[in-house]
Amino acid sequence: MSRIKIKQLSISYGNHQVLKNVSLDIPDRQIIAVIGPSGCGKTTLLKSMNRLLDLNEDVAVKGEIFIDGENIYRPDIDVTALRKRVGFLPQHPYPLPMSIFDNVAFGPKIHGLDISSTPAVSGAQEETGKKEGMRRFVEHYLSLAGLWDEVKDRLHSPAAKLSIGQQQRLALARVLSIEPEIILADEPTSALDPISAKLVETQFKILKQDYTIIFVTHILRQAKRLADYIIFLYMGDLVEHATAGQFFSEPRDEKTRAYITGEIS
Amino acid sequence: MSNSLKKRKAKDIIAAVFARSFLIFIIFLALLIIFGLFLKARPILSIVSLPELLFSSSWHPMKNEFGLFPFIIGTIEVTLLAMIIALPICMLTSIYLSEYAKRRFREISRFFIDILAGIPSVVYGLCGILVVVPFVEFTGELIGIQTTGYSLLAGGIVLAVMVIPFIVSISMEVLRMVPEPYRESALALGATRWETVKYVILKKARSGLIAATVLGFARAFGETMAVLMVVGNVAQVPKSVFDAAYPLPALIANNYGEVMSIPLYDAALMSAALILMLIVTIFSLTAHYALLKLGKTI
Ligand SMILES: Nc1ncnc2c1ncn2[C@@H]1O[C@H](COP(=O)(O)OP(=O)(O)OP(=O)(O)O)[C@@H](O)[C@H]1O
Ligand SMILES: [Mg+2]
Repeated sequence: MSRIKIKQLSISYGNHQVLKNVSLDIPDRQIIAVIGPSGCGKTTLLKSMNRLLDLNEDVAVKGEIFIDGENIYRPDIDVTALRKRVGFLPQHPYPLPMSIFDNVAFGPKIHGLDISSTPAVSGAQEETGKKEGMRRFVEHYLSLAGLWDEVKDRLHSPAAKLSIGQQQRLALARVLSIEPEIILADEPTSALDPISAKLVETQFKILKQDYTIIFVTHILRQAKRLADYIIFLYMGDLVEHATAGQFFSEPRDEKTRAYITGEIS
Repeated sequence: MSNSLKKRKAKDIIAAVFARSFLIFIIFLALLIIFGLFLKARPILSIVSLPELLFSSSWHPMKNEFGLFPFIIGTIEVTLLAMIIALPICMLTSIYLSEYAKRRFREISRFFIDILAGIPSVVYGLCGILVVVPFVEFTGELIGIQTTGYSLLAGGIVLAVMVIPFIVSISMEVLRMVPEPYRESALALGATRWETVKYVILKKARSGLIAATVLGFARAFGETMAVLMVVGNVAQVPKSVFDAAYPLPALIANNYGEVMSIPLYDAALMSAALILMLIVTIFSLTAHYALLKLGKTI
């Protein structure tokens, strides 16, 4: 089953074409890794899936991306609603200029999410009140991202004071807090030490029961460890996409073979 | 130590020495001006006390009465009025240009804003006389207030129009300086553009925007020509915005060098200048202090 279908997607910045005619069906409720050398268009592909490219006036997008049968590049699409369904974890974490607590509470707040119906709080709200409900909500997602123990005593200090690795996990908590159905993660462990990286990887494995996770990575071993499905980009071309097993054991394309063996990087 | 390293160190030292010398020179200049003004203003205190100078409303140089209160009030009120008019316009304009407008539109607007900022003060004054003064007179009539149009309100409007391009231009740069990923982070969570502006951009840009405003205020306080042309120049404490006022810069510009036959007149004007400087300085320092405090809480 596939809810994300990309059809003849070409993207250019000005007259620099970055993605060339990419067509692809992305499987549901799995972990999908997008791999390829630096500058091949991984971030661009990811950002195209929740219309984050719209911010840049120079970007031209051709082709279609269907999510649940709906072309997200149709002019009348509600981009805000789309982005709530398709969460994005940026390559460099930039905490919102507010406290750690508010960073996690921000998403639900702007969406007017009824947190009492979320699994994090589930019904506890009547007895405990709204404030306590939100506190549990924040605790739930900070724990999911493996950050709770480190920050529980300073929830109300500015998020910008966290280390980069902590900021990256905060960004993860933040994206999970809006309860997206699809998570796009751009090198989510690039600033993490091996232990925190493991934590996030474990988290992804749990989350894939409910979410489709598409993540970019530079690290082949991580893709091998984590991914069910691999998308390999090379200089803007979709070279190969296949289940992880097939991709690594019997690659069809010469370039894939070369990339896996480290001949090109 | 290698030769090239020596050279680089020498350059470093020279740059530091120059930079420090210029800084000291500027500080020295500022102190010199204040000190000079103070020396020239001091004789006035031999005939009127400081409280009288500051808080008396009777300005009759012939009778040796030098109450500067109406002028001080005039300065503060015309400036505040201008900022009340200008600030909402400036903030919304710069937010629109920075966060909503397409780049082409932004560039074209920037061009026109630069033109506006470059218009000489006296031209704004003329436009004020031709347009704003009759407008104020007409408005006064509509709501049943007797006014010539030469008033606090006219001064405030003209001053506002003058500082708007200045503040908009700086504020827009400040907003553009907020790194793109902050917008991305908020938008990616499904925030609307306005929510992004309100919760993220304005917070990141806050100190810069306050600095832009403070600079605008400082400029408005000292602006003479255009205000002088439309504000009426009557030495009274205005009772409403339709009354004429007489700000300190206008007082100095109108009178200095003219009636020097009156004893101590120039000392009175010097004290007016000193007070103007102090008002601007106190205001700027307070604003910067407030800004520092704000900055710590983010
Ligand atoms: N905002 C932009 N304006 C112009 N060109 C851009 C922009 N963003 C990316 N590019 C170009 O598009 C190409 C693909 O960039 P992208 O960020 O998608 O690569 P990537 O695969 O994510 O690389 P990395 O692994 O280094 O993050 C690069 O050549 C880059 O220079
Ligand atoms: Mg990238």
